[in-house]
Amino acid sequence: MSPGRRRFLQVGVAGATVLAVAHYVDRPRAPALPLRTLDAASAGLVRAIAACVLAGALPANPQSRSMALGEVTEAFDRAITGLAPAVRDEIRDLLGVLHFAPTRLVLAGMWRPLAETSSEEIGAFLSRWRESRFDLLRAGYQAITQLIQASWYDNPASWGAIGYPGPPTLAAAGTS
Amino acid sequence: MIRDPIVEGLARGWRVIDAATLERDTDLEFDVVVVGSGAGGGVSAEILATAGLRVALVEEGPLASSSEFRMREREAYPRLYQDSAGRQTRDKSITILQGRCVGGSTTVNWTSSFRTPASTLAHWREHHGLGALTDDAMQPWFARMEQRLAIAPWAVAPNENNDILRRGCEKLGWSSGAIPRNVKGCWNLGYCGMGCPTNAKQSMLVTTIPSALDAGATLVHRARAMRLVLADDRATACEARGVSAAGAEPARARLLLRARHFVLAAGAIGTPGLLLRSRAPDPSLTLGRRTFLHPTVVSAAIMPDKVEGWRGAPQSVFSDQFLAHAAPSGPAGFKLESGPTYPLLVGITLPGFGEEHARRMAQLPNLQVVIALLRDGFHESCRGGRVLLREDGSPVLDYEMTPYLWEGVRRAYLAMAELQFAAGAAEVMPVHEQARPARSWSEAREQVQALPMRALAARVVSAHAMGGCAMGSDERESVVTMDGRYHHLQNVSVHDASIFPTSVGANPQLSIYAQAARLSTALAASLRGA
Repeated sequence: MSPGRRRFLQVGVAGATVLAVAHYVDRPRAPALPLRTLDAASAGLVRAIAACVLAGALPANPQSRSMALGEVTEAFDRAITGLAPAVRDEIRDLLGVLHFAPTRLVLAGMWRPLAETSSEEIGAFLSRWRESRFDLLRAGYQAITQLIQASWYDNPASWGAIGYPGPPTLAAAGTS
Repeated sequence: MIRDPIVEGLARGWRVIDAATLERDTDLEFDVVVVGSGAGGGVSAEILATAGLRVALVEEGPLASSSEFRMREREAYPRLYQDSAGRQTRDKSITILQGRCVGGSTTVNWTSSFRTPASTLAHWREHHGLGALTDDAMQPWFARMEQRLAIAPWAVAPNENNDILRRGCEKLGWSSGAIPRNVKGCWNLGYCGMGCPTNAKQSMLVTTIPSALDAGATLVHRARAMRLVLADDRATACEARGVSAAGAEPARARLLLRARHFVLAAGAIGTPGLLLRSRAPDPSLTLGRRTFLHPTVVSAAIMPDKVEGWRGAPQSVFSDQFLAHAAPSGPAGFKLESGPTYPLLVGITLPGFGEEHARRMAQLPNLQVVIALLRDGFHESCRGGRVLLREDGSPVLDYEMTPYLWEGVRRAYLAMAELQFAAGAAEVMPVHEQARPARSWSEAREQVQALPMRALAARVVSAHAMGGCAMGSDERESVVTMDGRYHHLQNVSVHDASIFPTSVGANPQLSIYAQAARLSTALAASLRGA
């Protein structure tokens, strides 16, 4: 058996085991108001990852930046609330993996809770998943980054920095 | 003031039931129940209702109309699309854009309306037993639907995003043409993907559905068809439940829609899903198999001048350079088109995160996008995907990109980069996790030749789910007859994109309209005679 194949089996079995454990041990709690799906821990996690995924895109002013991160978290919550329940559960499991310490360490290589992890370390974890040989981790990377990016670029507050003027108004378009 | 035909129709007293508001079990009886209100269901409902049959048109999504179409992604995607425009294949490697509203995908598509290519019809006649689908036999149905939906090649100048595609083709001596669009008095705003705010787009929402309702049909919206109730080889009813919003659990009140005949048009994921949930007989194991997507890959160019690809008709130029000259059974052919650069759509499509992603987003006004839609299902190694049911009964598509398709993806990346540089691009980047912007055609070529072709690295999307209930004469290899009748059920038909035995090889809406018109005309005659 090639070393690559052996390693896959080891990581595969370990990964599957910790995923299963996370699913049962780390059940989501009640949504943190005004959110409809995310519990407080997951919301904090999304906020910490969003600060890294949207580095360079969020407003520089600390107060506006904090407000933007709050809006991104709320939009993320709205987005997953509108997913088919089976898909929503998969996203919750993914967040659970990153919250539950053993799975976070094995699958994401991070010791500390994300809220206490530096943006550089979160970036390194995202890059590892992005380049991973395992489909499951690449899928996890894409799900979490795309949900966060969707939650920011649907927000008019993001449009100024990217030169998008917003949709036209019909009254103006009709007379032009 | 823009007239809203839905608001006006409701005021005229259309029969419309919002299933999400039903508080008690309800039984209703019709001649025909049509499940799904997109391209197939809309056309079928109009033809059946104007023939004098009592028709119910059932739609899972909401009845939304121009008064609320505000050209904002954050409002349109959650309300009008499956899974907030984020429906994915089982392994998450392909994102599928599909409508979930009255009018289905026709309410939110980009209006491209091609006839089924002659080479596709020839392949179906030769390999799938559809000998009756000759060009001459189909011509009147295409012509009828083109007239009904004001389909004509776009005569207005293309927007810059599409014109770059045209100019690149011209420089390289490649063929290109103007896309036929289903619009009447189009304002050229560019927001077709969020519901047409001016009702110029001749979607089912503003054409066949109002006409069916004027003829007495009943629209049941926010209603999920849970299953067909089967007895022997017949369906007796369709059981539906209200669904208040995407992601919500179905309501408790049960809606039982009885009918003499059932027309399924819930799309190539929904229709096989409904039949599987109903445990429809499937002795040859063909149901939900051979599902195709036109897997689509993207090439992003930065142009020296502004492109502003969010303005103007999103798709108006195409090139069949790599389709028309390719034998259907040879290496994967692909159609080249463009796509709009709405901020959310671009935000989730461009690879990377953090500063890298932010720098790319800051170039949005100069971004030009070419897409390549691969023709799947023609080569014998390309058998498509399979619709499965999750534990909760919801359908999911298992679709694997094969080496045959990946070879096509690599050639498509090469063709798109060559075209974009020929049109004057400063930088080109294939949309792939490992790609970097290339400054010249030779640099891009070198890079694309080395890119690993694998799922969840190359970004693959689809807006065209097809197949899964293939039409055919041999019941061992198909699901419905040439007349769209389910082989093993007397009174169930399929009138949507799931009847195609391969992908179409062109944006499929006009192919669906034409088949639905052909099938429904025959069905109406047979039901009226009965």
